[in-house]
Amino acid sequence: MKYKVNEKGYYGDFGGAYIPEMLYPNVEELRQNYLKIIADPDFQKEFHQLLKDYVGRPSPLYLAKRYSEKYGANIFLKREDLNHTGAHKINNTIGQILLAEKLGKKRIIAETGAGQHGVATATVCALRNLECVIYMGEVDIERQAPNVARMKMLGAKVVPASSGSKTLKDATNEAMRDWINNPVDTHYIIGSVVGPHPYPDMVAIFQSIISEETKKQLLEQTGSDQPDYVLACVGGGSNAMGMFYHFMDDEQVKLIAVEAAGKGVSSGFSAATTYLGKEGVLHGSRSILMQTADGQVVEPHSVSAGLDYPGIGPQHAHLFKTGRGQYVSITDDESLEAGLLCTKLEGIIPAIESAHALAYLEKMEFKGGENVVVCLSGRGDKDLDTYIKYFNL
Amino acid sequence: MNRIKKLFQEKKNILSIYYTAGYPNLGDTIQIAEALQKSGADLLEIGFPYSDPVADGPVIQASSKQALDQGMTLKVLFEQLKDLRKHVSIPVLLMGYVNPVLQFGVENFCKACAEVGVDGCIVPDLPIAEYEEFYQDCFEKHNLSNVFLITPQTAEERIHKIDGLTNSFIYLLSSSATTGKNLEVGNTTEAYFSRIKAMNLKNPTMIGFGISDKQTFDKACSYANGAIIGTAFVKALAGGNLEESISNFMKKFRD
Ligand SMILES: Cc1ncc(COP(=O)(O)O)c(C=O)c1O
Repeated sequence: MKYKVNEKGYYGDFGGAYIPEMLYPNVEELRQNYLKIIADPDFQKEFHQLLKDYVGRPSPLYLAKRYSEKYGANIFLKREDLNHTGAHKINNTIGQILLAEKLGKKRIIAETGAGQHGVATATVCALRNLECVIYMGEVDIERQAPNVARMKMLGAKVVPASSGSKTLKDATNEAMRDWINNPVDTHYIIGSVVGPHPYPDMVAIFQSIISEETKKQLLEQTGSDQPDYVLACVGGGSNAMGMFYHFMDDEQVKLIAVEAAGKGVSSGFSAATTYLGKEGVLHGSRSILMQTADGQVVEPHSVSAGLDYPGIGPQHAHLFKTGRGQYVSITDDESLEAGLLCTKLEGIIPAIESAHALAYLEKMEFKGGENVVVCLSGRGDKDLDTYIKYFNL
Repeated sequence: MNRIKKLFQEKKNILSIYYTAGYPNLGDTIQIAEALQKSGADLLEIGFPYSDPVADGPVIQASSKQALDQGMTLKVLFEQLKDLRKHVSIPVLLMGYVNPVLQFGVENFCKACAEVGVDGCIVPDLPIAEYEEFYQDCFEKHNLSNVFLITPQTAEERIHKIDGLTNSFIYLLSSSATTGKNLEVGNTTEAYFSRIKAMNLKNPTMIGFGISDKQTFDKACSYANGAIIGTAFVKALAGGNLEESISNFMKKFRD
């Protein structure tokens, strides 16, 4: 429990709920109820039933043979790409939509970067017949067009965010403004382990199904539930937190979080938060974020819309600061190459976000025979345009 | 006695004006303050801009962005305010988001406020719990008032808590909204204002968000000690001669 949230909503120095008074009643309502609701047997039953029959869980833990041969270690891929809607994001939206219903909410809002969280939110809103509004940066609307079309078909209203860098950070600002202006009946489904307490904890709990299953699957396949390494990409950090969750207290399991270096950490076009950032407050929590000396948030860059965010969740900041997690970064070019390699070696087209985690395998040194789990957080259908342009396919 | 307390003891129908430091031009901060005082403002809220102002609507977002693009920082602002008290005698609050304060250093920030003669702050994303734990001592040491907001959804118990932590005034949001929405005083808003009035809080109250003309100002004053105008004033600064724009704007309220 060393790395979990305390009763004040903090992970060491990070976390809290830095929100304007307008959001206080909603966030407080969540804080007082989320653990109770989640622990309720009826909730658990419905949540797990939907994860099984609707999402298609458990997602396979696949021993990637050709990757393993190439790197001289046992490389397992946790196949979140096979979930309904194509990424891990739906684990969280299923949980939050059930919670929103229990709180009597009638209207759902969300931000999205890659569009995966937007699609996962629009999907559960269709499923439960709730009104859905998705905020998405103009730049992301452009580069993730298939997901925009899916959200619309699912009945969501997609509202472009046109301020700042017109990406995930700005979409999050707009979603928060919406929530301020709609203080009753609206639930904000945040898509990552960011935001004011209790969001980082709540989203981590819903995503923790990833490591819960991985442990069982590893035990079956290797005879031990302890791998040597687990790897995941970090935008806000929800797939990584889901992948790390049940391994955090197993100190011998090395946790590797892969950030987006963009065009290079020192290029001025990067989203490598732990490398470039300092402690500060963004989107309701104290964490690490990319900012100027005056405390203005710096616009990030990544080829992958889901990692194009200037901060990380507070629990990641804590894992980073305590040294429990190793935070590394991968450039745009390296990630795209890794995406193509995964396609060629394993017949899996990964999301560019997930390709960042895969790319780090190239930089690791193995003695031979280590067990390594990579969270394949999503599939690459949404990224075909980017891949095709980059490789002139 | 501090300037804010004195103001509330001596005056009714207090008019407070918000503007963004560094807008329309980087160097306008003192000139705007002087012009506002001259044309009848009772209290000033000088905004220090932030890149991600989630509680603000499009007008203040745009003024903040322009101010930042022109080079406004807290450091620049405190430099500009160095001789504030040679020019301006009415109370002055700084208003902005918590992250720039954190980077400036809470202690440095409070000290700089006290040195230039700023009377208090409004930091919308600094919640009560965090204020009490990390900021209150420092604010009190430098005699800075911290102004808290309440909305129609704020629970009564919490309003009492805020009243207890306050030593200047309480900022009553006309509705839960980002800045710049028009005030529609319907039955529910009136019921809320009346409910707060009937609580007999120890601190005075000011109504803000959506006050844009004499009519909405007078309405607000019938329920509170005064009102705060932000977006409507920032809008009025776009284009034209600064002094003229300000005096024309203020004429609507002070004649
Ligand atoms: C496939 C995929 N992986 C990863 C991410 C990054 O989010 P997080 O860091 O919260 O897992 C996204 C976000 O959109 C995504 O779509």
